[in-house]
Amino acid sequence: MDQLVENVGSDPGREQRVLTATGGSPWLLEVEDLHVHFVTTRGVVRAVEGISYTVRPGEIVALVGESGCGKSVSSLAIMRLLAKPAGRVVAGRILFEGRNLLELSDEQMREIRGRDIAMIFQEPMTSLNPVLTIGFQIMEPLLIHLGMDMKTARARAHELLKMVGIPDAERRLDQYPHQFSGGMRQRVMIAIGLACNPKLIIADEPTTALDVTIQAQILKLMQDLSRDLGIAMVVITHNLGIVARYADRVNVMYAAKMTEQATARELFAKPCHPYTAGLLRSVPRLDRARGVKLETIDGMPPNLLDPPEGCRFAPRCLAQVPESLCAQPPLVEVGPGHYSACVRAREMARVGPEGLGLARASAAVAVTKQVDRSEPIMSVRGLKTHFEVATGLKALSGGRGVVRAVDGISFDVYRGETLGLVGESGCGKTTVGRTLLRLDNPTEGQITFHGKDVTRASGEQLKQYRRQIQVIFQDPYSSLNPRMTIGEIIAEPMLVYKLQPDRKSAREKVTELLTQVGLFDYMAQRYPHELSGGQRQRVGIARALAMQPSFIVCDEPVSALDVSIQAQIINLLEDLQQKLGLTYLFIAHDLAVVRHISDRVIVMYLGRAMEIADRDALYETPLHPYTKALLDAVPIPDPLIEAQREYRVLGGEVPSPLNPPQGCVFHTRCPWASEECTKVVPELREIEPGHFAACIKV
Amino acid sequence: MPTATAPAITYKIPRRRHPVLQFMVQQPLGAAGLAFIVLMAVCALFAPWVAPYDPLDVDYSSMLAAPSADHWLGTDSFGRDVLSRIIFGARTALAVGFLASFTGSTIGAVTGVVSAYFGGKIDLVIQRIMDVLLSFPIIVLAITVVAVLGKNIILGVDVNLVVAIGLPMIPKVARVVRSSALAIRELPYIDAARTAGYSDTRIIFRHMVPNVVAPYLIMITAFVAQAILAEASLSFLGLGVTEPTASWGLMLSGAAADFYQQAPWMIVFPGIAISLAVFAFNLFGDSLRDWLDPKIKL
Repeated sequence: MDQLVENVGSDPGREQRVLTATGGSPWLLEVEDLHVHFVTTRGVVRAVEGISYTVRPGEIVALVGESGCGKSVSSLAIMRLLAKPAGRVVAGRILFEGRNLLELSDEQMREIRGRDIAMIFQEPMTSLNPVLTIGFQIMEPLLIHLGMDMKTARARAHELLKMVGIPDAERRLDQYPHQFSGGMRQRVMIAIGLACNPKLIIADEPTTALDVTIQAQILKLMQDLSRDLGIAMVVITHNLGIVARYADRVNVMYAAKMTEQATARELFAKPCHPYTAGLLRSVPRLDRARGVKLETIDGMPPNLLDPPEGCRFAPRCLAQVPESLCAQPPLVEVGPGHYSACVRAREMARVGPEGLGLARASAAVAVTKQVDRSEPIMSVRGLKTHFEVATGLKALSGGRGVVRAVDGISFDVYRGETLGLVGESGCGKTTVGRTLLRLDNPTEGQITFHGKDVTRASGEQLKQYRRQIQVIFQDPYSSLNPRMTIGEIIAEPMLVYKLQPDRKSAREKVTELLTQVGLFDYMAQRYPHELSGGQRQRVGIARALAMQPSFIVCDEPVSALDVSIQAQIINLLEDLQQKLGLTYLFIAHDLAVVRHISDRVIVMYLGRAMEIADRDALYETPLHPYTKALLDAVPIPDPLIEAQREYRVLGGEVPSPLNPPQGCVFHTRCPWASEECTKVVPELREIEPGHFAACIKV
Repeated sequence: MPTATAPAITYKIPRRRHPVLQFMVQQPLGAAGLAFIVLMAVCALFAPWVAPYDPLDVDYSSMLAAPSADHWLGTDSFGRDVLSRIIFGARTALAVGFLASFTGSTIGAVTGVVSAYFGGKIDLVIQRIMDVLLSFPIIVLAITVVAVLGKNIILGVDVNLVVAIGLPMIPKVARVVRSSALAIRELPYIDAARTAGYSDTRIIFRHMVPNVVAPYLIMITAFVAQAILAEASLSFLGLGVTEPTASWGLMLSGAAADFYQQAPWMIVFPGIAISLAVFAFNLFGDSLRDWLDPKIKL
C-alpha cells in the first residue's frame, strides 16, 4: 500500500488536498478481510468473503457488481446495519480513522452514523418519512448530533437545501415529502447526509430509480460536493457509465469476492480480470454504432448457498485453465494500485483480453438485416390517450383533471424492423405500448394493423388482432402468474386458441419454445419463483412467442436485469427477430440499449414525439435540443471519453402531464427557448429525408 | 492486499420443516385449535360408534339424571343422554357451519374478484348491494331468510338454513377479497392474459381467483365459528334445526329452559361445546392469518 499518492484520479489538484487532509493515517476507511454471513433456513449464505478495500479522504470510490454480489451488504456492515439476527460479521476489521467500527459500542456507533458517515439509499420515494416535514428531517441529525438549538438548525437546514439546489428553500422546509419529486427527494436525502459535515458518504445505487437527466443532475451535485467539501464517497452501482464518469477508483465484486481493484482509467483501459473484461464488453455503448452482436457472459452468477470451489467465475470464464490452477486465486498486483484475483492476471496485463481468447468469434458476425420499407405493418396517426383523474380538492368538488399521457403521436412500423421508443418516466412511452395492445383505449387517433383499422376493434376482431400482437414486460417477477407452472403459462395460449390439436403436441411445442429461448425442458414443471430474473424474462418471451405473433411490444424488457444477463436477453431478442421475422416496438429509457437494438428511434417527451430518425442519424446528429440533452446526460463507460466530453446538465424536471406547458412542451427546460416557443406548438417536420424533429428552431 | 481464506465456522442451521410441522411450532395456539377441530370432526363423522347411546333414545326411567358413570354428562327431560346428543349435535354444527361458510365465502370471493376485475359501474353496483347486505346484523338477516324460505331438507341438511347463514357472509368476504384482487388486477401477468385475448371468465377463474386463495381460506375458517354460533342461535330461537334432531342450540332451548335449575348439566355442557368449537375455529383462523401473512413471517 505504498502507492498512496499515485493515480488519485483525474483531478490534478486533488493529490495536494488528499495529502493535507490525511493528517496521520493515509486512509479514511479501511475494510480488511471482511466476512459477512447470513444464516437462513436454507443454509449459510456467505454474502461477503474476504473483501478488502480502502478509501482516502475526499475521493470517490466505486463498488461495482451485479445484484447479490455482496456490494450492498459490505456497506451495510460498515454502518453496522445488517439485518439481525440473520446477518453477522464473522471476521475482518473496518477501520474508520483508525478506529475499528466493529468493536465500538452501540452508543458510540450511533454517534458515528449520520455524523461522520452518512448513507444515501436507492429509493428516494420511501427513504423519507411521509408524516414529517422536510425541514424537520434535515434538522433532526443537527439537533441530535451537534446539539444545535431549533433556530440555528433551521438556518443550517435552509443553507443545506440551497446547497443541494432546491429553489425556494425557505418555503420548502415546511413541506412534506409527497410535495417533492423523486429527484428532489434524492436531493433532500443528500442534504440530510451532508447535515453534520460527514467525512464519508455511502451511496447505495443513489440514482438507479431516477431518470437520466435527473441522474446526471444528482451525480454532478454529489461530485461537486465531494470536490468542494472534501467528502469521501463510496458509490455502490451496477452502472459502468456512472463509474467511468465519476469514480476515482473502482472495486469490482463478483459472488461475494473481490475480483479486481484499480483506478477507473486503468480498469477501463486495461481490465485484468476476465469478469471485468466481459462486463465491459457486454454493455451496449451509446457512442458506438451496432454492427456486431453484443458479447455476453454465459450462464448465471453462482448461488452463494453453494458456490463453486476455487475461482467463483471459473464456470463462466472463457479464459479458464485446468481446475487445479483456478483454485482460490489470490488478489495479485498487476500494476501500481491494480489488483486482480485471477491466476492469469499478469498474463492478461501483458497480452490483453484478446490474447486470452476472450473476444468471441460469434461476436464478430455482423447482424445483417433487411427491412422492407414499402408498406408499414402498423401505422399510428394522431394517437391520443388521455386519462381522467380526480386529484386533491378537485376530487371533493367533483372536478376532474385530464392526464394527457399520449398527446398526438404518429408513426409507422415496418415489417421486420425494431422501432425504439425512448423518453424519461412519465413521457407516455409505456402508454403508447399499452394503447397499441389495446390495454388502454385511445381517446383519439387511428391505429392500423396490416391495413385494418383496429382502433376500436372489439369481440372477435380484437381477438384476431391480439393473436398477432404480443407483449414482453419489464418486471420478470410480476409478469408471470405465481400459481401456474412455466409449462402451463406457455401452453395456455396454444390451448385457448387451439393452435395445437391436443395437450401432447402442446407439451412438445412448450419444449421447443423453451429450447428456443435458451431454457431447459425440465423447467416446464417449475413455478416462476424457482427461476432467476433472467430465466423468467425468457419465459415471458416464450409465452409471447407461443401465440406465433408478428409484432411484439417490448416494454423495458431488460431494465430490471443485471448487465451480463441483459446482454443475453438482447441477443436472444435479435436472434428471434432474424429467425422468425418479428417486428418489435422496443420501449426503453436506456438510450444505449435502444441504440444497439433499434433500426429507427422515436424520442418522446410529455406525450409527444420530439424526434424520429434512423438510429445512427439520431445518435450522431441529433436535431432536437431534448435529444441532445438526453444523449449528454448518459455517461459512457470509458473514463477517457468521459474526461473529454463536454456535457451540459439539463436543469429542471419534467412538468406534470396534468398541466403541460403551453406551446412547445419542452420550452420550460430548453436552452434554446424563446418567447415564440411558449406560443407555437411545433409540428413534427421532416428536416432531412427520414429524419423528423418537432422544434421551430431546427 | 490480504486475501485470507474463509474462516471455518460451524452454524446451527434452523431446519426446514414440513409446513404443517412449522405451523405447529410457530402457532401453538392455532395448532391446539386445529387439534380440537380434528377431534370434533372425527367424533361427528363416527358419531354412531363414538356416542354411548342413541341420541333419540327416550328413557323415561332416567329423566333429568345427574352426570354419573352411566351418563357421563347426565340426561335431559326425556331421559336422552346429553353426551350422545352433543356428539351428534357436532354433526349438525359442523355440517351447517362448513357448508354455510364455504358457500358464503366462495360466492363472496367470486363476487369480490368480479367486482375488482371489471371495476367502474359494475363495481359500483356490486359494492352498493354489498353495503345493503352489510347493514343488517347477521342474525336478523338469517331470521328473515329462514322466515321467507321455510325448510328444504336435502341429505339431512336444511339447505335454506345454510343459505340463511351463508348469505350475510358474502359481503364481508367480497370486501376483503376485492381489495386483494384490485392489487392483482394491476400486475403485468393479468395484462399479459388480456393481451393474449383470453375471455374475462378465464382471466377471473384461472388467473385471479387462485391468487386470492390466502384471504379466502382465512375468511372460511373464521366464518365457520360464526356459522356454528348462528346455527345454534337460530335453533335456539326455533328457526333452525327442529326436534328431535340433535343440535347444540336446540339443547339450550325448550325444556332445558324450564329445568335448568334442577338439571344445570342440560344447558352447561352444550354451552361449553358451542364455546369450545367457536374458540377453536377462531384460534385456528387467527393463527392461519398470521402464518400466511408474509409480513409477520420470520
